[in-house]
Amino acid sequence: MLHTLAVLVENSPGVLTRVAGLFSRRGFNIDSLAVGRTEDPEVSRMTIVVDGDDRVLEQVTKQLHKLVDVIKINDITADEYVDRELVLIKVNADHTQRVEVIQICDVFRARIVDMGRKTLTLECTGNHGKINALEETLRPYGIKELVRTGKIAMVRGTKNTGYQENGAKEESL
Amino acid sequence: MQKSGAQILVDSLLAEGVDTIFGYPGGVVLPIYDVLYDSELRHILTRHEQGAAHAADGYARASGKPGVCLATSGPGATNLVTGIANAYMDSVPVVAITGQVATSLLGRDSFQEADITGITLPITKHNFLIKDTKDIARTVREAFHIATSGRPGPVLIDMPKDVSTGMAEHLDPGPVQLPGYRFNHKPNPEQIARAVRAIEESERPVIYAGGGVVSGGAHGELLELAEMMLMPVATTLMGLGGFPGDHPLSVGMLGMHGSKYANYAVSESDLLIGIGVRFDDRVTSKLEEFAPGATIMHIDIDPAEIGKNMGVDIPVVGEVRLALRQIIDRLKPRVATQWRDKITVWKKEHPLDFVTNGQLKPQEVVREICNVTRSNARITTEVGQHQMFTAQYYTFTKPRTFISSGGLGTMGFGFPAAIGVQVACPDETVIDIAGDGSIQMNIQELATAVNYNLPVKIAIINNGFLGMVRQWQELFYNRRYSYTELKNPDFVKLAEAYGAVGMRVNNKSELRDVLEAALGVNKPVVLDIPVEREENVYPMVAPGEPIHKMLG
Repeated sequence: MLHTLAVLVENSPGVLTRVAGLFSRRGFNIDSLAVGRTEDPEVSRMTIVVDGDDRVLEQVTKQLHKLVDVIKINDITADEYVDRELVLIKVNADHTQRVEVIQICDVFRARIVDMGRKTLTLECTGNHGKINALEETLRPYGIKELVRTGKIAMVRGTKNTGYQENGAKEESL
Repeated sequence: MQKSGAQILVDSLLAEGVDTIFGYPGGVVLPIYDVLYDSELRHILTRHEQGAAHAADGYARASGKPGVCLATSGPGATNLVTGIANAYMDSVPVVAITGQVATSLLGRDSFQEADITGITLPITKHNFLIKDTKDIARTVREAFHIATSGRPGPVLIDMPKDVSTGMAEHLDPGPVQLPGYRFNHKPNPEQIARAVRAIEESERPVIYAGGGVVSGGAHGELLELAEMMLMPVATTLMGLGGFPGDHPLSVGMLGMHGSKYANYAVSESDLLIGIGVRFDDRVTSKLEEFAPGATIMHIDIDPAEIGKNMGVDIPVVGEVRLALRQIIDRLKPRVATQWRDKITVWKKEHPLDFVTNGQLKPQEVVREICNVTRSNARITTEVGQHQMFTAQYYTFTKPRTFISSGGLGTMGFGFPAAIGVQVACPDETVIDIAGDGSIQMNIQELATAVNYNLPVKIAIINNGFLGMVRQWQELFYNRRYSYTELKNPDFVKLAEAYGAVGMRVNNKSELRDVLEAALGVNKPVVLDIPVEREENVYPMVAPGEPIHKMLG
């Protein structure tokens, strides 16, 4: 089963290597990983999607806690949350296909960000399923190039999974 | 006042209470060595960086204080790697300091450049690359804090040459502030209550005690708990000495080469209390049949150990000493148990034993070393048959007296570790019980022992084989002794060439006299002790078998 972890880390050099290295050497599977700065420039937030059962997830979380650069971990899988991915797709669209592609674009609320003689480049955000659906829909036209970010996520409502002054690691035991 | 980075480093080490470091000089650590030249900080020059890492490890295990080693960049740093991995696997507080090429040369494959923070990422508790001279004092403070607190472990500090030569104000870094580094000292009261109830309700409890009892200083509490509830205590290799081996409740070591009665007791227990252990495969063998009828309680400072290998019913996360104290305070002593009687019968029926003949047996050597030292020496070992014989036949009664490479199984650990132990305990007898294979992996440290007159005794149990590998070839590879027979040097002459004393036990009857003579010499002594060549370590659990099915 896929789990979504929101992980706050010190914005120090090597922190990504530490986290990625931990996953590979302990045999945990990363489905996607997105990282960037938070409201505090010294803190970065990683959204990691991990594949594994509860036992694996417990180990992932505990081993991550042991990294000195990891400040806080939230498994938000069971929470109500908003999640988004961003995709850029360069798709074949000569004058015979252009209208159809633009219509698809409208349906998915994607935007055209570049136009070539034979291609259109689209930008679209949405959850994993929507991005997959867009990709599948455009595939018959011939996708020339595709790049997508990992998923980023945030819990709905006022519950805070961000960095607070007393953002202690939550002990699970 | 401005100081050089090298001076700040050395002063920061002194501020952490370091009195001795083990190291080896080289290009980019020249500024540091220049400061050491007239510093009060004692530096022991080993003859290989691996020796320095193991010596720091041995020093830490014997003293309970962090051990410190120092090496230059590139090959110096990579030579520390085995030692650091060894300390990591056995949770030993070691601070390794490496020189690095100047920051302007980093990442350009410069002379003697190696990405040592990258290399040691998976084998350190944490590591640092210092990029600014003014960060040195704070980094050293953090490194010692991380290495020694919680579950101890090695920390590496990589220091580029220009950081050492740069000048900065040496300001006190104050208390450590690491928002991402926290651990539970205090166990959860609810789990303590469950633990107490489980002990009260158990009829056949067994304590399974590991290295965490020794490093956590919980040996006193362990003894108190065992005696009050009449619970038998099995220890891991790392736990030896954490419970007195001569105590009636001791069942010795468990696992692959454990005693039969220890493995039977665990297999038939209804409550297994793991204390400072990690359910290692050398202990559990076939996990599904390990303590199959038991409720599993696990007490450890590291929450990641709970459930890592074995499902746990009662997890107690916290300092083991504190946890045991809280459990003891809630229990009422037990009077007599049938369980204890049953174990006494097992002990009588299946003692640790071997067949004697005219040939000197390795077990006899270990037993005699134990007799001659009256269990009162600090023993280190290398890795292999002699290590298992030592675990089985030397009776360890005090913590920090058995110093051995448990998790990583590093041949060549014992002798440099013994040097570190002797530095930490100058007035005690320190013996490295070695094999003829292992000792040759760090034999160059004889020069170190002679150089500093560290009177370490090396007892080479010499069977002319890589004995443990040969045993596996005998049992599982149809006696095809592929590259395990050794043609050895004359160890007596070798010792003499280094300026140490060499002695040989020519036959069984000389053993005691030669041992006593060696212990009477206040110099490093190498004892060559030829033994029965194809003796096996028994009992033994074959790979994949449950621990109650033992060979021998």
